[in-house]
Amino acid sequence: MSKIHVTTTINGDEVEYLCDPRETMLDVLRDRLGLTGAKEGCGTGDCGACSVTLDGRLVCSCLMLGAEADGHEITTIEGMATGEELHPLQQKFIEYAALQCGICTPGILVATKALLEKNPDPTETEVRYWLAGNLCRCTGYDKIIRAVMDTAADMREAS
Amino acid sequence: MQYHTPTSFDDAIAIAAQADGVTRFLAGGTDVLVQMRADILTPDTLINVKGIDGVKDITRTPEGGWQIGIAVSGAEMTEHPELGRDWPGVVEATDLIGSTQVQGRCTMVGNLCNASPAADAVPAMVAAGITVTVSGPDGTREVAVEDIPTGPGKTSLASGEMITRITLPPRGENGGDAYLRFIPRTEMDIAVVGCGINLRVDGDTITEARVALGAVAPTVRLVAEAAEAIIGTTLDDAALAALAEAASAACSPIDDKRGTIKFRTHVAGVLAQRAARIAYARATGQKDS
Amino acid sequence: MALDDRKTSGFTQVGTRPNRPDGLDKVTGRARFGADVTAPGMLFATIVRSPHAHARIKKIDSSKAEALAGVKGVVTRADFATGLTGENWNILENVMAGDTALYDGHAVAAVAATSALIARDAAKLIEVEYEILPHVTDVDAAMADNAPVIREGAADKSVPEGMHPNVVRYHESGHGDVDAGFAEADLVIEDHFRTEATHQGYIEPHACLATLGGDGKGELWCCTQGHWNVQKICAALLGIETANLRVTASEIGGGFGGKTAVFIEPVALALARKTNKPVKLVMPRPDVFKATGPTASTSMDIKIGMKKDGTITAAQGVFRLQGGAFPGAPMEFTAMCAFAPYALKHVHQVGYDVITNRPKQAAYRAPGSPMAAFAVESVIDELCRKLELDPIETRLKNASKKGTKASFGPMFDQIGLVETLEAAKAHPHYSAPLKPGQGRGISCGFWFNHGGETAVTLALSEDGTAQLAVGTPDIGGSRASMALMAAEELGIPYENIRVTIADTATLGYNEVSHGSRVTYASGLATIEAARDAVGKLCARAAAKWGIPEDAVKWENGCAVPSGPNAGDFDPMPIAEITKRMGATGGPIVGHFEATPEGAGVSFATHIVDAEVDPETGKTSVVRYTVVQDAGKAIHPTYVEGQYQGGAAQGIGWALNEEYIYGDDGRLQNAVFLDYRIPVASDLPMIDTVIVEVPNPGHPYGVRGVGETSICPPLAAIANAVSAAAGVRLRELPMSPPRILAALERQRDG
Repeated sequence: MSKIHVTTTINGDEVEYLCDPRETMLDVLRDRLGLTGAKEGCGTGDCGACSVTLDGRLVCSCLMLGAEADGHEITTIEGMATGEELHPLQQKFIEYAALQCGICTPGILVATKALLEKNPDPTETEVRYWLAGNLCRCTGYDKIIRAVMDTAADMREAS
Repeated sequence: MQYHTPTSFDDAIAIAAQADGVTRFLAGGTDVLVQMRADILTPDTLINVKGIDGVKDITRTPEGGWQIGIAVSGAEMTEHPELGRDWPGVVEATDLIGSTQVQGRCTMVGNLCNASPAADAVPAMVAAGITVTVSGPDGTREVAVEDIPTGPGKTSLASGEMITRITLPPRGENGGDAYLRFIPRTEMDIAVVGCGINLRVDGDTITEARVALGAVAPTVRLVAEAAEAIIGTTLDDAALAALAEAASAACSPIDDKRGTIKFRTHVAGVLAQRAARIAYARATGQKDS
Repeated sequence: MALDDRKTSGFTQVGTRPNRPDGLDKVTGRARFGADVTAPGMLFATIVRSPHAHARIKKIDSSKAEALAGVKGVVTRADFATGLTGENWNILENVMAGDTALYDGHAVAAVAATSALIARDAAKLIEVEYEILPHVTDVDAAMADNAPVIREGAADKSVPEGMHPNVVRYHESGHGDVDAGFAEADLVIEDHFRTEATHQGYIEPHACLATLGGDGKGELWCCTQGHWNVQKICAALLGIETANLRVTASEIGGGFGGKTAVFIEPVALALARKTNKPVKLVMPRPDVFKATGPTASTSMDIKIGMKKDGTITAAQGVFRLQGGAFPGAPMEFTAMCAFAPYALKHVHQVGYDVITNRPKQAAYRAPGSPMAAFAVESVIDELCRKLELDPIETRLKNASKKGTKASFGPMFDQIGLVETLEAAKAHPHYSAPLKPGQGRGISCGFWFNHGGETAVTLALSEDGTAQLAVGTPDIGGSRASMALMAAEELGIPYENIRVTIADTATLGYNEVSHGSRVTYASGLATIEAARDAVGKLCARAAAKWGIPEDAVKWENGCAVPSGPNAGDFDPMPIAEITKRMGATGGPIVGHFEATPEGAGVSFATHIVDAEVDPETGKTSVVRYTVVQDAGKAIHPTYVEGQYQGGAAQGIGWALNEEYIYGDDGRLQNAVFLDYRIPVASDLPMIDTVIVEVPNPGHPYGVRGVGETSICPPLAAIANAVSAAAGVRLRELPMSPPRILAALERQRDG
């Protein structure tokens, strides 16, 4: 089976790879590029642990083919911090203990960053519905929602 | 699996017409990729339609309706400044599918061609009277949405045919539509029952109506009796009772992991009433409750 | 254990809320979980599973698969050890079927190939010929006379004669004379309850990377709650020596009991041995649901008598649990936890462990207890309603306290049930007005907690910082708690402690992270190891000063003379001692190995407000408060997190989560789309109240907090639904169709 040559941008860097047409973006990120921050919790778009952005839009990388990235821009959790400087959401998640096991955390951070870029002043209900596709089994979501709401407030104040 | 990225509908149709085995079109991919991962189906040929000109466009028709590209996602429909003012029910139904992540990818055409009886967008599309343009090696035809699915996972599209365009009719004056579904959680579930209603009023009185039900039969159901139950009324209690009765009577659901026959039949009536109230409020210019 | 040195106040670090040591790794995607590692030359594996609930395996033909380019090896049961007995045989039989597939999803073969896609393709080419056998998946049906026999001879000696062979264990406990007790009651309620199996639902599927050479030496990386247990079981199943298999625990993406068991690791090792290459095996999500531990489903009969003043006169329960095709359903825990919150003169409980054609159950957060609480606390609520009694006052009237003879036998020491009930009563939630259509429910819950084998070492570095090695995987922030306790004892900053989860080659045996034991047992061991190191630090200072060792004490991170008579020396900071360790006697390492047995039991009281849509039967949880005794909260934020997480899982269990089997015995909902765990928009904020009634069995008074919080929600929500809609749901989940049917029955009289 012939492989497809893909040229894309990941976290700002140009990346090239060959992939099988059946491979998902998640397979490519994890198995070909060593970017294991996106997790496979289900492989069928039900858990959100593999969340990345595609041209700025939040998607499940398990529901996207690796071949589809050609000519587009992907951002993953590995691209969220700037050098040593964490994104305010990352910092707040640590401070609020908005994670227990941490497996859903990359997906939730990518998803909430996309939310705050679109809506800097979300209500609690808006945050909860935006994150409905990001399953967390440990926290009951309470501390996650608080961390997001407070980060949004901080970021509004800072801007 | 062969993967293709045609840049025109003609090319896409030519690839599909020549392909052996199972062919699927990739728009949002939120069903095809799930089927591949779950080993339900891996197509022999996968045709990515997103490189075709115009498939991401939402445009006004000269008649005042809308044309929507086949790769426009639910989220893009919501973000459009005017579409949702005309057809809030259609937009809401499409943007209800799955999670935020899925909403950024899923498309109306994908939802339609996946031909699940429980598809969220389809009852709203049927209620709105949406048509699709079907193109194939033998030419092009305009088909009503309700005539596309023929059974669970089956459509009336012939081999080599694809949907190339979606046309929403002009909204016109004093109209409103709404879609509601019942799910056990607040998000992420497949509809146990779905109901799309589109109506028009003259003053307080309903003059036109279309009522469509999802997940209560092998395909979405356009229920004329339910529409008749509210046409000519002001959606008073008697009309709502008749609506619920007609909606429930039109159900022939199954018992499955998502719901029982009894539950679906009952809730179809409940949702029809609730959706009708919203559509009526929209048509009469009341604020959404 | 030197518990004479108990400390319950005056903490400088314990009780604060610092950032967790592994926080940065986990918010940047850098933390390495089970599926996140690779090895040079690594192969990918896929397991072939039975599509049948019960079938004889007549033939396995892997020739087509082995002919596929890139395929490097196939294993079946023939590639594992023979002659195993007892639980090792059960585990092997579950990990790889022998003659018979016992449930939908039972592993029958596995294949390793050069890519994941090739392995998946190859798995489809392995041809298995089955002879389908009759099956049973329901607990009551499996006990009936005409039920198909899952396996002859599976029952142990506890089972009374005349029971169906599917009944494999029996339990009976209690005290007093329940008939006499019921005769004293003003009202006796007897009801039947059922709960469906639920899955732990961790977001990280099981994953591992294995190597095993022809020399019998292996390495295993896996996500597990207990890697020594993995080591021991894998060695037995592969027929190799335990010490030759080194197991490293990855970061773990949730466990909740489900990762205390072994499922795929022996298969990866067998493939690694066969191919002589590293093998990575990651479970697809449907396999997780089909073949890893859900909890047991139950059928229960509860009878409770009460006087008009609220005194419970007697209680009796029969608990039937199915735990899949193997013995082990935690029916004795269900029976023993059921009435534990109450001081009862007359109590009797019976348990049955029943096998069915379902996956082997695994522990799930307070295994067995939530189901009992659902049934018992529902009946108590009904009694209170009919006798017009306040549910909290009634529970207070009957509450177990220090000196109560527990329903399961022993005498309670210092416990905190009364304190949680008092705190719940005083909480603004309990008296807040309800909106129309809403109802309020409360429930208590109980869990034993556990100690278990534990080994810890604490090694000091030359600059006075400390490396703490513990053997209990960190499933929810326990590194932070360990570092706080070590910092407290050493008197050094929290940031100066580096906590590592050590592999099996570097510490003595550590029992799995279960039974809410980590902060209790590894915490106790950490404190003791730190005290051991402090003793050595003091000895070095004493030698330097030329005074007796017992004339030196440890204060604020420094050795100081113990009193004016010990001599006049300036405090000697830790770094000054460690800087010269090499020249003053060598490395300073504190350690502790023991099986602590003083895990204090834990109680909770939950308050919930629910709203029921009378037209659809859909229930929304609108407000939730958890009150629980933590003994002593080391890191209160993570204690709150445990309370909230347990409550959320309980809410899912109560309302939507269930295993749905078709008539063909196949699992219908093996994906997160249809196995409906709560999503963010389903839940309200979950308020928490940490009650602290110190556990006499821990140096700081810690009680485990991880499990008890899942016990009360099932009944609390059932009681709230009853208050909101006037219908009593006795079967879980309380799904909309069930509630709607109950409402209809009520309307029809």
